[in-house]
Amino acid sequence: MGIRFILMVNKQGQTRLAQYYEWLTLEERRALEGEIVRKCLARTEQQCSFVEHRNYKIVYRRYASLFFLVGVDNDENELAILEFIHLLVETMDRHFGNVCELDIMFHLEKAHFMLEEMVMNGCVVETSKSNILAPIQLMDKTS
Amino acid sequence: MNPFSSGTRLRDMIRAIRACKTAAEERAVVRKECAAIRAAINENDQDYRHRNLAKLMFIHMLGYPTHFGQMECLKLIASAGFPEKRIGYLGLMLLLDERQEVLMLVTNSLKQDLNHSNQYIVGLALCALGNICSAEMARDLAPEVERLLQFRDPNIRKKAALCSIRIVKKVPDLAENFINPAATLLREKHHGVLITGIQLCTDLCKVSPEALEYFRKKCTEGLVRTLKDVVNSPYAPEYDIAGITDPFLHIRLLKILRILGQGDADASDTMNDILAQVATKTESNKNAGNAILYECVETIMSIEDNGGLRVLAINILGRFLSNRDNNIRYVALNMLMKAITVDAQAVQRHRATILECVKDSDASIRKRALELVYLLVNESNVRPLTKDLIEYLEAGNFVKDEVWHALIVVISNASDLHGYTVRALYRAFQTSAEQETLVRVAVWCIGEYGDMLVNNVGVLDIEDPIKTVTESNAVDVVEIAIKRHASDLTTKAMALIALVKLSSRFPSCSERIKDIIMHYKGSLVLELQQRSLEFNSIIEKHQNIRSTLVERMPVLDEATFSGRRAGSLPATVSTSNGASLNLPNGVAKHSAAPLVDLLDLSDDAPAPGSSGSDFLHDLLGVDLAPASTQPGISQAPKSGTDVLLDLLSIGTTNPVQSNSSALDILSPGQDNQKPIAALDVLSSPLASAQANSSVGASSMIDLLDGFAPSPLKHEDNGQVYPSIVAFESSNLRITFNFSKPPGNAQTTLIQATFKNLSSNAFTDFVFQAAVPKFLQLHLDPASRNTLPASDNGSVTQSLRVTNSQHGKKALVMRIRIAYKLNNKDMLEEGQINNFPQDL
Repeated sequence: MGIRFILMVNKQGQTRLAQYYEWLTLEERRALEGEIVRKCLARTEQQCSFVEHRNYKIVYRRYASLFFLVGVDNDENELAILEFIHLLVETMDRHFGNVCELDIMFHLEKAHFMLEEMVMNGCVVETSKSNILAPIQLMDKTS
Repeated sequence: MNPFSSGTRLRDMIRAIRACKTAAEERAVVRKECAAIRAAINENDQDYRHRNLAKLMFIHMLGYPTHFGQMECLKLIASAGFPEKRIGYLGLMLLLDERQEVLMLVTNSLKQDLNHSNQYIVGLALCALGNICSAEMARDLAPEVERLLQFRDPNIRKKAALCSIRIVKKVPDLAENFINPAATLLREKHHGVLITGIQLCTDLCKVSPEALEYFRKKCTEGLVRTLKDVVNSPYAPEYDIAGITDPFLHIRLLKILRILGQGDADASDTMNDILAQVATKTESNKNAGNAILYECVETIMSIEDNGGLRVLAINILGRFLSNRDNNIRYVALNMLMKAITVDAQAVQRHRATILECVKDSDASIRKRALELVYLLVNESNVRPLTKDLIEYLEAGNFVKDEVWHALIVVISNASDLHGYTVRALYRAFQTSAEQETLVRVAVWCIGEYGDMLVNNVGVLDIEDPIKTVTESNAVDVVEIAIKRHASDLTTKAMALIALVKLSSRFPSCSERIKDIIMHYKGSLVLELQQRSLEFNSIIEKHQNIRSTLVERMPVLDEATFSGRRAGSLPATVSTSNGASLNLPNGVAKHSAAPLVDLLDLSDDAPAPGSSGSDFLHDLLGVDLAPASTQPGISQAPKSGTDVLLDLLSIGTTNPVQSNSSALDILSPGQDNQKPIAALDVLSSPLASAQANSSVGASSMIDLLDGFAPSPLKHEDNGQVYPSIVAFESSNLRITFNFSKPPGNAQTTLIQATFKNLSSNAFTDFVFQAAVPKFLQLHLDPASRNTLPASDNGSVTQSLRVTNSQHGKKALVMRIRIAYKLNNKDMLEEGQINNFPQDL
């Protein structure tokens, strides 16, 4: 419901982060990722950011070398999801400082933690950057 | 240090994987790592456990199986330190799902953690529970979560709220317990809790109707007030996005207001002011503002009708449509599709912009615009829309079945566009035969109107002249379609039917077409095999009925067609499309005009080669165009008969393709009902049209009785003609019995009886006859095609001959009989000269 999955994929099609909110087997996931990524990478800048795939929609945006893809139900507000993607990027930027693809790759668990604070069970939970980053900064301080 | 020991740090492993150049190398590295991790698990290694799990998660993300790590997750969760628990829960959420039985083992740990003193750990547990709990776990842990809904810390409250959503979804019975706590959540100040509380209420409403009622009564004003606060709130750096405070909260509030207001007038009234305020005050130059406006428009469309608000909403949509940003336009098209059910007029105003969108370079926008155009079609705009739709068939790949079905219906309705349509499709097929739907529509049109393509019939002024298309070119097109590797079953089946139609319209290509069809005789696909065999037998053995079998399809009735689509689309099209055309074909509403006008009408109709004085002759089926198929000219008798039939207000007529006389409509009527209904992919009200036309024809003959001009001799109806033995050989005797239909001296009905004189039965019996040019012959199918031996039974077949030189020349006929005797093919030919003189 709401958000079905969140993917971060680079321009070569390699998945950098994958969070699914509904169960799919491993083969299904790979097939799904392959299909969607092919569709999104083939599109130009001018085309709109929403792609229809099977019975749900994909909202995507490219930041530098990374594509952020969010799969949502058909009745979800696409423009709001675009905002959410931007919020996610800004949050990671505030934490890592000038975030880039390598940061996400080498600190995968931190990226997951952040995402977890923001989305739960497919719904957006928290939209304030300070609230999201508070537990993560706490954890960094103690470890 | 061995880079692949289990002590590898996560980043070193990632570096190693990234250094791999090929997929095989990567697989090797991953396998080594997995082996090392498995060894470490077996040794129960404490120190590196969380590191191993992090590595496992990375490997899982790449797509390799990692189920051996599941127990590790459990051990990590059970440990005391926060980082270990953290990684353990993360691993739990990524590597497991609710169907695994391992999950049950976690329940106890979860319960302990939910009661932990450290609130972050409580938060962890709630998070994990919220993401993957199963129904049993939900039942067990529901009371804990309920208690946590009132925890002092807002972070915990918001997580508990989302967790409750999942519980309520898994176990709807528990919904009642959550209604009251959820209502309290709605009065919170903290945005996070507010958002999740609203989410919880939304889901409760979806799951339980009594919850919906409760919230509607108690909470609507509260929510409206909250929305007002958020809209009017001062600048808050925490939640500010692009100048708007917390747009996500805006949107959530609008969503729940939508659910509460749907179907309920009172609730809708309370919302009107705030909705108007949001719609007018929100800035739309940033994406966040547009997102809010979009949600607002959706809400306005769903709640109970309020004229002013609706107008506001449609205006906003109009603004969206002309925005340069593709995203906004896509969203606007989406909204318009829903708006069309509510207010179709307003959407029509934007038709021009929508047509622009059909040409857009973006596939998603094109698809949406096409669907919208299809919904917009009504009788006033079908002509320009048809032309546009054909031009934009290159978007056909993204289009659903309904659209190309409807396109075919629309094409068949616009009969003066037939020639143009088939030529445009032929051209499009030459340039690009990639799209499935284009191929299908092209194949269907070439099958139906192939003769128009070859003879360049019905050229419109706006058309570019096309290079002459020969018959074999047209067959080429269909052959390419059927042989394409990418063609699917429907396309191939349609191509087979088109080939049969062409084999009748282009007799010169008949052999080649037969070969193509025979190719599929052994196809593994049942549909194709069946069609191939049946069509082959039609072409070979039933040539006499083939032409009538594949006559042009009647005008497809759009209203019944869209009605048959189970009312999924508004039936905005009517059949009176035909009324706008000049040809009298298919005109249904002709009142009983006086006969003089009727004669004038026939002069107006395109009738090359027939003058006014021949009109009545044409009616009687005399002196028609030569026997070769030239459908352009055969329009003349068509229009003549159609006009008369209309006089009797028969309804949609069946334009007769073959050159049989007008009276011939009578007997084939009954024969053709079943075969045609079986052949056509798109069924049509054919049977009724046939029955009607046959009734019309018989009463037309009665009319003609009164109007038959005197030069035609009236034969005595009671005169008996002697029967003759037409042909006799050692194996076979054919006898002809004659009769004349009343009122027509030139036509003779012949009953042919075949008797088997040999001692073995004949099988596959086929009788063929040919007549000189001044005669017209029509052959009905035989009663059967096996002849039992030695006169034990006979086969009869009726023929109808029309003599245009009646009284001057007698009938002659050449016949050919083919049959199998003792599994040997036999052929007999002969000429019949002994017809009675005055036939």
